[in-house]
This record gives sequence, C-alpha cells and structure tokens, in this order.
Amino acid sequence: MTHDHIELSLEQSLDHCIKCNICTAACPVSAVTDLFPGPKYVGPQGQRFRMPGQPSPDESVDYCSGCRVCNEVCPTGVRVMELNTRAKAAIVEQNGLPLRAWLLGYQYWFGKLACGPLAPLANFGASNPLLRTVVERTVKIGRKAPLPKFSTYSFRSWFKQRTKSQASKTAAVPDGSQSTAPGSRKQVVYFHGCSTNYYEPHVGQAAVEVLERNGFEVIVAKQGCCGLPLLSNGAFKQARSHHEYNVEQLLPYAQRGIPIIGTSTSCTLTIKEEASELLGMHETAVRMVAENTYDIFEFLRLLHDRGELNTDFKPVQRSMPYHAPCQLRAHNLGRPALDILELVPGLQLSESTAACCGLAGTYGYKAEKYQIAMDVGAGLFDFVRASGSDTAVCDSEICRWQIAHGSGLEVKHPIEILREAYG
Amino acid sequence: MRTIDTDVLVIGGGATGVGVLRDLALRGIRAALVEKGDLTHGTTGRYHGLLHSGGRYVVKDKQSASECAVENEILRRIMPHCLEDTGGFFVVTPADDEAYVPLFLKGCQETGVSVHEIAVREALRREPLLNPRISRAFEVRDGSADSFLATHSNAEDAVRHGAQVLTYHVVTGLERTGDRVTGAVCEDMRSGETVHIHTSYIVNAAGAWAGKIAELAGVKVTVVPGKGTMVAMNHRVLNTVVNRCKPPADGDIIVPIHTVAVIGTTDVHVPDPDVFGIEAWEVERMLSEGEQLVPGISKARVLRAWAGVRPLYKDQDVADDRDIPRTYKLLDHEARDGVKGMISMVGGKWTTYRMMAQEATDAVAAKLGIQAECRTHLEPLPIPAGAERKAGLYWLGKPLAAIEADSSYGHLICECELVTRERVVDAITSGKAANIDDIRRDTRLGMGPCQGGFCTYRAAALWHELKPATPPANDPPHGHAGNSVALLRHFLQERWKGLTVIAWGDQLRQARLDEIIYLDTLGLDLLPAPAPAEQNGAEMVTAHPAIATEYHAA
Repeated sequence: MTHDHIELSLEQSLDHCIKCNICTAACPVSAVTDLFPGPKYVGPQGQRFRMPGQPSPDESVDYCSGCRVCNEVCPTGVRVMELNTRAKAAIVEQNGLPLRAWLLGYQYWFGKLACGPLAPLANFGASNPLLRTVVERTVKIGRKAPLPKFSTYSFRSWFKQRTKSQASKTAAVPDGSQSTAPGSRKQVVYFHGCSTNYYEPHVGQAAVEVLERNGFEVIVAKQGCCGLPLLSNGAFKQARSHHEYNVEQLLPYAQRGIPIIGTSTSCTLTIKEEASELLGMHETAVRMVAENTYDIFEFLRLLHDRGELNTDFKPVQRSMPYHAPCQLRAHNLGRPALDILELVPGLQLSESTAACCGLAGTYGYKAEKYQIAMDVGAGLFDFVRASGSDTAVCDSEICRWQIAHGSGLEVKHPIEILREAYG
Repeated sequence: MRTIDTDVLVIGGGATGVGVLRDLALRGIRAALVEKGDLTHGTTGRYHGLLHSGGRYVVKDKQSASECAVENEILRRIMPHCLEDTGGFFVVTPADDEAYVPLFLKGCQETGVSVHEIAVREALRREPLLNPRISRAFEVRDGSADSFLATHSNAEDAVRHGAQVLTYHVVTGLERTGDRVTGAVCEDMRSGETVHIHTSYIVNAAGAWAGKIAELAGVKVTVVPGKGTMVAMNHRVLNTVVNRCKPPADGDIIVPIHTVAVIGTTDVHVPDPDVFGIEAWEVERMLSEGEQLVPGISKARVLRAWAGVRPLYKDQDVADDRDIPRTYKLLDHEARDGVKGMISMVGGKWTTYRMMAQEATDAVAAKLGIQAECRTHLEPLPIPAGAERKAGLYWLGKPLAAIEADSSYGHLICECELVTRERVVDAITSGKAANIDDIRRDTRLGMGPCQGGFCTYRAAALWHELKPATPPANDPPHGHAGNSVALLRHFLQERWKGLTVIAWGDQLRQARLDEIIYLDTLGLDLLPAPAPAEQNGAEMVTAHPAIATEYHAA
C-alpha cells in the first residue's frame, strides 16, 4: 500500500494525541449525554485497540455526530473525526449497513420520487404523526425530527425551464458535456446538491441570480449526491461510487479552470476534502475538482478581494442572528457570509457562539439520538430566540431545519439575504 | 522478628521462581517464595513479551530452539488468557544475506520449529507497513505474552495449593549449618522487620541476581547480566511478530504486545544487575535497525525505552555475550560445590520458564524423596480475579470490548490503557500492591502514551482515600499525606525515567504536558513530602538500593 502525505498525516495523527482532553471538553455531544464517552476515547484512544481483521471492539463510536468540533480545537492536529468515522465504517463493513442507515444514506431517492406533483401527498405523509410513529417504531427514525418539505418543483426543472425561455442567451445545456460554447462571459458551475434540488429550489434560484448579477454564466452540471449521508453512516463503499461519479462529471470544468460553486456547505466540504480523506482518494482528478470547488460566499469574498464583486446593494434594515454551521467552520475560511453581508447597508447580523445545532447531518434523525441533538442545539435555539428576530441565517440546510425546529424561527441561507439586497 | 517454616524456599519472584513455586505446590510440597520487590519486578517484567517459536535460535542454539518449540505449545494450552496468537514472520530484508535461509530452514527442521514460507505478497497483505523490499518471508508460531499476568496466574494457583508468597522481602543472608544451607534471613522492606525462614531446601531462582544469592551461601555462580534495551512504539505498528532472518543481533525484532509494538533489543554486558542506564546509541540502534523491517518507524512516536537484564549463565569462555547459550542450567550445589540444600536455576528464557521449573522441582523432589509427578503442563492456570480478560486467547480489542460491554468508560482511571476505577481499587484494597508501580504491573496503569500524565494523580488520590486507616510503620514526615505524595512522586519518577532517552517529537510534547500538570498546576515539587532521594529506604517505594534499577547512568 502506498501512502501519500495526506493519508500518512491521518495515520500519524494518532501519534500526535497528547491526551489533553480538550476535544472531550469541547465536544457538544459528550456534554449532554453519558452515552458518548467523548472524541478522545473513541478516537485516538480507541484506535490503539483496533486491529484490521479483528472484530470492532466498540459501539459507542456510533454516538459521535461527526460535527468536527474536536478537530477544530485539537492543539496538536489530531484528525479525531476522521478516526471516528473510519471506525464507524469498520463496524458497517463488519455488520453490514442497517436499514435505517440505508434509508438515511440514500435519502435523495425520496427526493427523486416525491419532489414535484407528488410533493403535497408526500409532505402530508411525512408530517403525519401516526405515520411518523410507525416509522419510528419500525426503522427508528425519530418521529419528531425535522424532516424538510418536498418542493413542488425541482431546482433542475426550474433551471431547465429558465434556460429554455432565455434561448437568446448562450447558456450551456446542463448535460455535463464539454460543449459549452466558448464566449467572453465568465462561467461558473453550480453544484446545487440534493437539498436545493428537491426541498429548497429557492436557495439555488437565489444563487443563480446573485452569480448572474456578478456577470457569470451559470452552468448546472450533471451531478449526484455528494455521498456525505453515506459517509457519515459508515457506508464507505457506496459513498465512493458517488464521489467518483461527481468527480467524473466535474473534472472537465475543473480542467478548464471553471470554478465549481455550491450553496450547501456540507456538499462542498465533501467534494473539497471529506470524501477524499475518509476514502483515501487522492488521485489527481479528485484533487483537481477539490481545488476548484468553493463555498458560494468563499467565492464571492474572493471576487470582493479582487474588486470584482458587484456591491450595488440596496439597504436592508434588519438585524438577524447568524449561525456558522460546523461544516462551514471545517472549511477553515472564517465567516465569508458575514464578511460579504456586512457590506449590505443597514443589515446587522449577530453571530452565535454555539458549537453545533445538534442535528449533524443524519445524526439527529435517529430516534435514540433525537433528544441528544435537541440538547446539543439548545444553546443555539435560545440564542436565536433571544434575538427577537423572526428570521435566522445559516449556511447549511440541515442546520436550518434543526434551528427552525428548535426555535420556531424561519431560517434562511445567507445567499437569499444577499439576493434581497440586490433588489 | 517473624519465623517461617517451610520445606522449600524459592528465592526470586520472576517467571522461573513463581513457576517453581506452583510446581512444588501442585506436587503437595510445602513451599514459600521471597521476592525483594513486586512479582515480576526484575527481568520478567522488563522483557519484550515474545512467546518464542524457537526460530530465533535454530542455527546457533539448537537446544534453546527445541525447548522453545515444545514449551510454546504447552503455554498455549495452559495460559491462553496470557497469550496473543499474533503469529510470527522471519523476513529477509535487503540488508540480510540470503545465504542464511538454508541454514535457518535446516535448523527449524532439526529442532522441530514449525515453519513455512509464504509469498512476500501475502506477508505484505497481512502487514502493510512491512518493508516492501523483503525478498522472502517465513511464518512461525511466535506470539506475544503478558508476563505480568502469567506470573500472577502462577502465583495465584500456587497460593491456592498452599504456597506462600512474600513480596518486598529481601534476602540478607543464608544460614549454613556445616555444609548444608538451612534457611534464610530476610528483611520485610515495608516494615523493616527481620524474617527467619527455616527450610529443608532452597531454590535459587533469582535470575540475574542468582550470583549474588549464591554468594550468600559461599558458592560462586557466574551470571553475566546482559542488558537488553527495548523501545516501545506508541501503537501497534505491526500485528505480527516480525524477525529478521539472520543471526540474532541488535534491533532485529518487533513484537506487538497489547497496545504497543516493541523493538528489541541490545545485548550489553553490565557489571551489576542493579545498576545500569540506557544510552542514546541503544535507542538509535533500535530505531535504525527497525527501519529495515518497517520503513519510517524511526519517525513514528516512541513511547518509552527500558531495559531488562538477562540472566545469562557463563560456564565457559565465550567471545561475546550474545554467544552465551540461551538455554538454562540447573546447578546442583551439592554435586558442584559440596554445599547441600540448595540448587540454582540459571539462564533460560521466559518461554521455557515452565520447563525450567519442572526440572528444578524434579531435582528438589528427588532430594526430598517425594515421588509426585509434574502436572504444570497439564493443568490450565486460573485467571486472577479482577483481570477483565476472560478465557481464551487475548486479542487487541478485548479490553475495549470489555469496557464497552458494561459502559464503564466513565470510570477510567488510566484512559490510555483502559484501567477502570474498580480494578485500581481492587489492587489497592487487596493489599498486594505496595505502590502505584505495583498496580501498573497488574493493570497496565500508566503504560500508555501519556505515561502516567493523567492517571498518576487519580491513582494516588484513590490510594489516599482507601488507605488512611493503615499508617505505615516507620511514620514518614507529614504522615499519611506525605506518604501519598511519596507514592505519587515515585510513580512519576519511574515513568519519567523511561522518557529521558527518547525525549523528542510527540513524546517530548507529551512529557511537557505532564510536566505542566504535575509541576505547574499541582506544584508537586512544593508539596510537603521528602523527595525520593532523601527517603530512608521508604517502605512503599523502590528507592531501596536492593531493588532500585536504572536509576544511575552506566
């Protein structure tokens, strides 16, 4: 087995642990439950007792939500979350993927089936307490967990329709081919992800409009699920094929230097590093796509740094609470949404200091973890409620659903606010 | 003064001594054992933990090879809970001469050491970090052994069969009546009390110290203390014992044992088994030779370095200490020196301890006119209470699986090695442990990456809580608190001495954190207790010159 430096640094990170317990002190999950003994215990400490080919000795690692707070606070650079997620994958490899993890990992199939004309029916089912109780009893998906509403139309269908109606423009057909007509206009590829496509097409619409306001031609490339729900459920083999597919679709754009931009912080993080690190995929193509992928506000901030951002904003006289999701913090970019939104006259955003909303991808959907997720998020819910605003702002869709569920506020993606500012 | 009467006195609480004690007890012979420290305090507790297949000796030391091959199978049967079946490889690295291979294979055949060649590809599949440039790989029945647990299991069975075990009893003299040894005078190092032991027979199983014991009887036994330095890596770099296929030399073996991988070992003659240090070149040699087996290993985190002294018996001139056979020798002092009532069992390996014990016990039984047959190869050893390992061979994840099974992770005293509060409390209240280092030998407390950083103060606090009612005999300054602080200091000192020669990289960072915890946060150097150096043979710690080792640089 050959090791490149990324893989090596993951392995060596076990050696860097000096047992200081800072990760455990900062862990939002172990703070609210005794069921999770903490990131150090299941991470570098447990790792010393794991051996390939032997039974997985621990089940408690399943209570790690994968929020990555441990990675952020570790003073010696231990990749605790990666160790934990790999340990979960070893359990899946040993025991197989449970039905629930399968359902959560492949949830985009529900989007595919229910988004569109069937959405009202599906939403009725998804919000029906009786049905939810049955689901909780059978597959242990929490009956109170905040399921998103299916949209009556998909983002892709909206975009296709719009492209057709704008036939005068030279927009590329979103078929993933390399045939985008060369022109003087700057191009970007938009990676919408499953949530925008099936649940929140308005986020994608806002993104497209903002990018166009800045003179970009937006290409919606062929794409699949980024694979994060599978990764966090330990289904590495399945996640690998998703990542391979996306890399294949996005590579031609990356090769031509066309930026790949996403509004879902978790999708972009997965493409940037999470998939490649967890799956040990460090091929040139994977890296090239990763290096060309940006969170939308990261991209807008780059534009601003170069003096190319359209700052023709109308005043927005509002003050709102903002939560930077774990997945965004893992990008190590600071708070690009705050940096850009503070350019909008009149807009006041107050940032939360909460570690995590608690939902952490599919974690909070699991019945036995629902209350843990709510307890983890409690501080954040209090913070947004105390703001007095009726709207909160957060970059990640899952976190938005959880904050809305926990606080009763409407929660928007910052790109929606920015679009508003463009008038 | 106390007096003890017994039929046989065994001197030395290592593998051999305790093995002899069990054998005597199983044969119904009244026996007692004295050990100047804790059980396994000497060489048994300081070796790399290899259960020999015998492969290492097949060319130059055929008798040892055969003995190991035979005993390996017996130990697997009688003490599975102390062994891990890691399997072993002998590999030919680019630095090794392939001409050794036919000698090796012929030797295996002659000595009954089971061996078969496997494809290099297969060896690399099983051990991905192994040097990909090895040209051949041979599989043998090596394993790893928990010598602490094995010794305790033997002792427990011996006690169950009526034997006595007296730890922290140092032999200060042997009594002779004419040409017969009739007893021993010991000092109980914890109380300072003198203990007379009257016995018909003495088995000198003091290992590297056997020469010193023989001297007390006026008999000359030349034991060459051969110091072997070992280096433990932070985690299991390999899961199979890997040997270089070449004549034994420094740093040619890596043994995965519990959570660590141990690179061994040097062989340096030292004048006194009580006084030796570890030198930088030895650590450097282990790591640079280790590179031949696992490229990059010298860059990985080293946990600790330590040394043990081999009890090599020298009965003829050999050029090099490494040429002294590893086989054992029974010295009948009556036939050899005209001194009755004592035999010495010298040399040997941990793997052959049971065979040595059998031979020694056969000799004693013959002297005493007792007919009973040896049964130690037939009857499995008991698992000491409190050891969470259940029946069956040990495997790496077993301790973690046990903690998970009852969710006792909230009660860990030593986090690195998963030692629960319950086990530490048992060790303290059972009265078997005289200090925290003794608890370590029972539980692995403090043996993980942080080397006592987070568990020492917890263990000392438990000790302080649990032992207030029994003030030590020679009342130390500051009473009970002073005692607890002395225990804490002693254990830290014991852990830190293993770090001094490997203080770089991640382990230096760790040591710095530990230093901050104990000196800056807890102000340990300001606490009211005498520093270990000023303690007058403190009853709980091993500053006593008779059992203090590695304190002085050579």
